[in-house]
Amino acid sequence: MLSIREISVAYGNNPVPAVENFSLEMKRGEIVSIVGESGSGKTSVIRAVLGCLPGGGQVSRGNISFEGRLMSELGKEEWQRLRGTEISMIFQDSGAMLNPVRRIGSQYVEYIRTHEKISRRAAWEKGARMLEQMRLPDGEHIMRSYPFQLSGGMRQRVGIAMAMTFQPKLLLADEPTSALDVTTQAQIVRQMLKLREEYHTGIIMVTHNLGVAAYMADRILVMKEGHIVDAGTREQILNHPSSAYTRNLLDSVPAMGGYRFV
Amino acid sequence: MSDTQELILEAKHVTKRYPVSGGRTLTACRDVSLHFYRGRTLGIVGESGCGKSTFLRMVASLEKPDEGEILYRGQDLAKLKGEKLRQHRQKIQMVFQDPAAAFSPKMKVMDIICEPLLNFKRIKRSEKEAAARKFLEMVELPGEFALRYPHHMSGGQRQRIGIARALTLEPELILCDEATSSLDVSVQKTITELLVKLQREKQIAYGFVCHDVALVQSLAHQVAVMYLGNVMEILPGDQAASGCVHPYTKALIGSVFDLHMDFQKPIESMDDEAPSPFDMLSGCPFQSRCPRCMEICRRERPALKEIGEGHLAACHLAAQGETE
Repeated sequence: MLSIREISVAYGNNPVPAVENFSLEMKRGEIVSIVGESGSGKTSVIRAVLGCLPGGGQVSRGNISFEGRLMSELGKEEWQRLRGTEISMIFQDSGAMLNPVRRIGSQYVEYIRTHEKISRRAAWEKGARMLEQMRLPDGEHIMRSYPFQLSGGMRQRVGIAMAMTFQPKLLLADEPTSALDVTTQAQIVRQMLKLREEYHTGIIMVTHNLGVAAYMADRILVMKEGHIVDAGTREQILNHPSSAYTRNLLDSVPAMGGYRFV
Repeated sequence: MSDTQELILEAKHVTKRYPVSGGRTLTACRDVSLHFYRGRTLGIVGESGCGKSTFLRMVASLEKPDEGEILYRGQDLAKLKGEKLRQHRQKIQMVFQDPAAAFSPKMKVMDIICEPLLNFKRIKRSEKEAAARKFLEMVELPGEFALRYPHHMSGGQRQRIGIARALTLEPELILCDEATSSLDVSVQKTITELLVKLQREKQIAYGFVCHDVALVQSLAHQVAVMYLGNVMEILPGDQAASGCVHPYTKALIGSVFDLHMDFQKPIESMDDEAPSPFDMLSGCPFQSRCPRCMEICRRERPALKEIGEGHLAACHLAAQGETE
């Protein structure tokens, strides 16, 4: 479905690329986690897939293709058709993605009607139904709320509901649980796994939380300073990491009942 | 076990309320009683909004409790004023979550580290650089960093500066409010190791507030679990993983993603969200989410009761001796 071939991402005039020689092949319904510390280039990779690199970033080498089509050759309108319908993204804080002075419903309806020719009423109902599917109680009520009236976990669910409206084939998740409490994080992770069961959605999960990455993923990529240092199935990475960096990373994660400092 | 330990600070039935718009009140901390001992770490965990940071701010005398008292070596902190309060502040120092926001960007590292020393006239201006180098060495940073600015450093290095600043006045108690939460895991580990090493050398007491249960239980001698302003359970750090009895503690620990967990087993999580902290219901604060809520839980708020050595829980189930 998605094929990333040896891409490099560079920002502005910076001669050192943020990502170098990154390759990834993904099938439908597969979940791949990209883990790494801050500045390792993991976010740049998924932003490159969606063609929305910030601040003068561009794919300087290699190519990305989605269902056989080269992304670099897509026109503006084709991009518009693809984004938000076939490929969608959720961010660390979906509250920041929403306009704070408009109600959720008005933004949701606008989004649906950008991609589909349906009436306002039908779009509203579709939105409310999606929200309820994401286990938000009373979708109608949420549609009439402003983003700041919802808790972080609820906003994140609104973000996921919006991203899943058109049942995308690929969902890009950029640290979707990092700003949440552990209990809410567990709820969101369960929700995302259900997406694969129900819609056969492929997910690229970018996170620095190795526990979440391991729980969700079929395959894990470990990145460091723009390079893949380790790649493999969950069992390979956790039990037989090939690089010292991954080993050190795994050792640093505190575990319940594990190593104690005192 | 508390007989042999030296008590530094004791919070007794501390309650803090904030007025909110609409004439309502938010109870950030309710009847919290906790102890800090010399050379020991008290970890406080809980979800956001559970009052753990408010409690730390009261201990640091940044807020005054509405009810109850905080006793530092027997002395009520709420009664300290003016110069006495200023002198007292040397004893308790704080390390903040965001090391980028905790420093003035216009000050050099040596000015940041030495500001408390100069404020309390412990050194002369001419001794500043030498003093800064000494403290940098203590937190395992090169002495040349004294002349740098904070934005020239990485997050982990900045957090070390924050720790160095907290150390300068030789406090008895250091309060860490999510001090490692914004750092990468490998950096988090080195900072934790540093904190533990300093504790061994100087017998500092720590108050370590963090939302990461796994991290807290790995470095705390005692762990307090808070929920909506209430202390639900206090237990020794080495028992946190297996010995907890409160349903909330179990739920909190159950939702931690662990590298050694069984990946085939679905992750446990509570379905709903924490109720609003405004209008507190009577009865147990956890009743709306508790899987084992009983009749009595809706009527009566359970008190913290000792159920084992150094282990207290506020739960009717535990009080009845029925924990599994």
